[in-house]
Amino acid sequence: MILLTFIIILMAGGLMAWIAERWVPSLSRWISLTAFVINLVMALWIWVQSNGLVHSESVWISKFSVAWIPSFGINFSLALDGLSLLLLVLTFFLGILSVAISWNEIQYRIGFFHFNILWVLAGITGVFLTTDLFLFYFFWEVMLVPMYFLIGIWGHENRRYAAYKFFIFTQASGLLMLLAIVGLYFIHGNQTGVYTFDYFQLLDTKMSPGVERWLMLGFFAAFIVKLPVVPFHSWLPDAHSQAPTAGSLILAGLLLKTGAYGLIRFVLPLFPVASAELAPWAMLLGVVGIIYGAFLAFSQTDLKRLVAYTSVSHMGFVILGVFAFNELAMQGVVMQMITHGISTGALFILAGSIYERIHTREITNMGGFWKQVPFMGTIALIFVLASLGLPGLGNFVAEFLTLIGTWQVNKVYTLVATLGIVAATAYSLRIMQKVFLGKEISHHAILDLSMREKFILVPLVVVIIGLGLFPQVVIDAAKRTFAPAAEVSYTKQVVNGNNVQTIKKGEHE
Amino acid sequence: MNKLDLSNPEVILNLLPGILLVGASLIATVSIVIRRNHKLIYRVTLACLIGIFYYLLTYASNKTFSIEPLFIVDGFGTFITGLIVLSTLIVVMISYAYFEQREERKEEYYILILLATLGASMLVISKHFVSLFLGLEILSVALYAMIAYLRKRAKSDEAGIKYLILAAFSSAFLLLGMALVYLMTGSMDFTGIATYMKTGNEIPLLLLTGLGLMIIGVGFKLGVVPFHMWAPDVYEGAPAPVTAFIATVSKGGMVVLLVRFFTQIDAYRYPAMVMTFTIVSIASMFIGNFLALRQSNVKRVLAYSSIAHLGYLLVAFLASGKLGLEAVCFYLVAYFVTSLGAFGIISILSDDERDAERLEDYQGLFWVRPWMAAAFTAMLLSLAGIPLTAGFVGKFYIIAAGVNVQQWLLVIMLALNSVIGLFYYIKIIAVMFEKPVDSKVSSMNPSMYWVNGVALFILTFLLVWLGLYPQTMIDLIREYLGGG
Repeated sequence: MILLTFIIILMAGGLMAWIAERWVPSLSRWISLTAFVINLVMALWIWVQSNGLVHSESVWISKFSVAWIPSFGINFSLALDGLSLLLLVLTFFLGILSVAISWNEIQYRIGFFHFNILWVLAGITGVFLTTDLFLFYFFWEVMLVPMYFLIGIWGHENRRYAAYKFFIFTQASGLLMLLAIVGLYFIHGNQTGVYTFDYFQLLDTKMSPGVERWLMLGFFAAFIVKLPVVPFHSWLPDAHSQAPTAGSLILAGLLLKTGAYGLIRFVLPLFPVASAELAPWAMLLGVVGIIYGAFLAFSQTDLKRLVAYTSVSHMGFVILGVFAFNELAMQGVVMQMITHGISTGALFILAGSIYERIHTREITNMGGFWKQVPFMGTIALIFVLASLGLPGLGNFVAEFLTLIGTWQVNKVYTLVATLGIVAATAYSLRIMQKVFLGKEISHHAILDLSMREKFILVPLVVVIIGLGLFPQVVIDAAKRTFAPAAEVSYTKQVVNGNNVQTIKKGEHE
Repeated sequence: MNKLDLSNPEVILNLLPGILLVGASLIATVSIVIRRNHKLIYRVTLACLIGIFYYLLTYASNKTFSIEPLFIVDGFGTFITGLIVLSTLIVVMISYAYFEQREERKEEYYILILLATLGASMLVISKHFVSLFLGLEILSVALYAMIAYLRKRAKSDEAGIKYLILAAFSSAFLLLGMALVYLMTGSMDFTGIATYMKTGNEIPLLLLTGLGLMIIGVGFKLGVVPFHMWAPDVYEGAPAPVTAFIATVSKGGMVVLLVRFFTQIDAYRYPAMVMTFTIVSIASMFIGNFLALRQSNVKRVLAYSSIAHLGYLLVAFLASGKLGLEAVCFYLVAYFVTSLGAFGIISILSDDERDAERLEDYQGLFWVRPWMAAAFTAMLLSLAGIPLTAGFVGKFYIIAAGVNVQQWLLVIMLALNSVIGLFYYIKIIAVMFEKPVDSKVSSMNPSMYWVNGVALFILTFLLVWLGLYPQTMIDLIREYLGGG
């Protein structure tokens, strides 16, 4: 039930924030903030409570299910495991930040803005929780429309084009996934006579290799567009650079993670054989993404676009790690999902606050800011170092684990990916060099971070350092989720009332 | 075996919706003779439609009752009759405010719309060429006048004449087709034709020609490619409520007839027939969507979009079987609700000079009339098939039906076209969310009526309800179709 509460709070909060604008515009902000804080507290509470559970046999901490459209075997079923929990905490944390960062930036139609923020995150929360494939597609689309509005209404100069592109890319790939979901539904139904969209039951579907390959590609398409994987990434730089700061934060921090989550949760367990078949190609795409993203990041002059391309590069590690099929790499992927959310989010926040001050994103118009804004410079330095993978910060752990994991599978790809980290050094330091150091070009008088901005960025710094020093917290939390996937076997859950039984298949039988 | 014998009370009961419609149009005529009063005749029409709908809700069942040789009253027909009556009800509600603002004589419109509804509801229960043709002509003749109802508007006249000529032309095709079918089979009854066709595996050339000519007639009414040319002009020229009526009731009636005829003669056996409709379906999707991309007139956009939607509907039709039939019903419900909503909003926003059909009329609507814009956004998202709306569930139903019978080509084309469709739907949405134009030069000044609000509220509520909780509607459809 608590799982449903997460979503209800966000959706209801969204409606309230919209309505509240009529009387007191700034009330919308407080409503949204409260909704996220409540959810974050609840999620953290579950985490603390379930600490014992994480080490036990059961993967699922909490489950919820009611019939929704019984004639199609569709249930409104949600389930929470370690991975979902981690991502939920990240979601609500970034949710709070996205409201805080828009506090001064957004003055136009505040109520509707916060409605969209809350509904995007409600969709994302749903995606991370659901275990019904129809519901999954439903939430997958629900997060799309508000995001379209966020970019299209509050974005920068080229917002309409960016919003269109984002919408169409994700919608097109999503429809392919819908076809695959329906295909899977009928194959399972014809085999067993049970027509259902339930994830756990569909795990048992037996398919001929050909069919499995096609259905898998349907899912794969949706996720690699979202992730994004080169060459399906072209919506990303536009969407990220045109979105308002909160939009970029949500896009980079959360929306991209839904793609990674989908790969881990659905593609690998549902289509183990086809995934194994595809693995070398997927890893190749990952490596290409790492290098290509790094190169393009290096050559950008628009600060937000630059950060956007670093995302392409960082997400390359995710797909590389996912298709390495071993536990180490998978742990790296989960770390990467969290740390990238934090570090890239922070970079977008910094880019946003620079934009608020000098109204440009062109780094050629920047330089020598350090003297005027030392505090901002220090924080930027931390996140730039995180982005290039400095040990002691979260991203290092993530990429290092991924690389160790992949090394066991494919040495060439690992080497090339390591080169990507070298390239990351180049593009990351370039941010520092061009914006904060170097010759002072601008004659603007720039204020250092305000108290509000410090309250946003300092927690991020704490988190990224914390993740670097104590990564075990994250790894433990998600351990049970991806252990089965990493063994290319799968765990079937049979739910009898409240008892969760675990039956391992494959080599453990 | 029940003959068409009006002394049999059961026959009367089953034909009551039609009889009531005839009665209502007579009352309307007489009331005009006595005294012209727009409000009165509007109320009479409304009361009559509510009465029929109430009758269908309470007394109609899914039992099959055939009235030889013309009609078959079954669950499918009853369900769609209900849908048609309800849609007409909404159209009438919207029409009142629309015509109240205009100078033309308003009262005859209600007679025409009652007659058109009569035609459509005869169409959906007919099982004989004669009742088919009569129903179709009652519908069409009423529509000619309705389309050209705003006599002072050149476009309205043009649309009326265009529809008259093309519809008459297509009726001729239909008639010739029927004659050829009759020549070969010796029967004008669907069952009789089916019996003849069961005897041989091959269709004789003349019979095939006959069927082909009939498809042309039907295709014209449905507005599917390549018989779609009339749609944009007529949609644009007709008064907005009439456009809503054409898009829903007139097309819906024809779809039902097509399904009934095809199922009865089991035309799915013949690859040639299936191939024809597959091509028509795919062509409608692509041409409808591509041409819609180029439009800047909202009514024309919706006209092309309705061509594409009929293409989607044909996917469900081709899927056939139980699931296919359910999908047709559900999609019709979703499409009716959405189209009525979209055209309803256009007519609500229209003022006495012209219809709100230019894209600029919608600029910044969201900040000026937030509720109206939110409703329109919901309608457009539903047409695009985005979740939380009825359109999504409808599309899901069609995809499920298509995948179930392995019509992968059609299903993939549908998915592809949904993406193309998105372009022009979100174009309109984007315009509504832009900053409003401050000058009063181009903005429309329609008067607002509470009845519009009620109609729009019902439609938006249905849209979201069907999108969130479709189970009730699915149960209802299954209950009506289950009767067999």
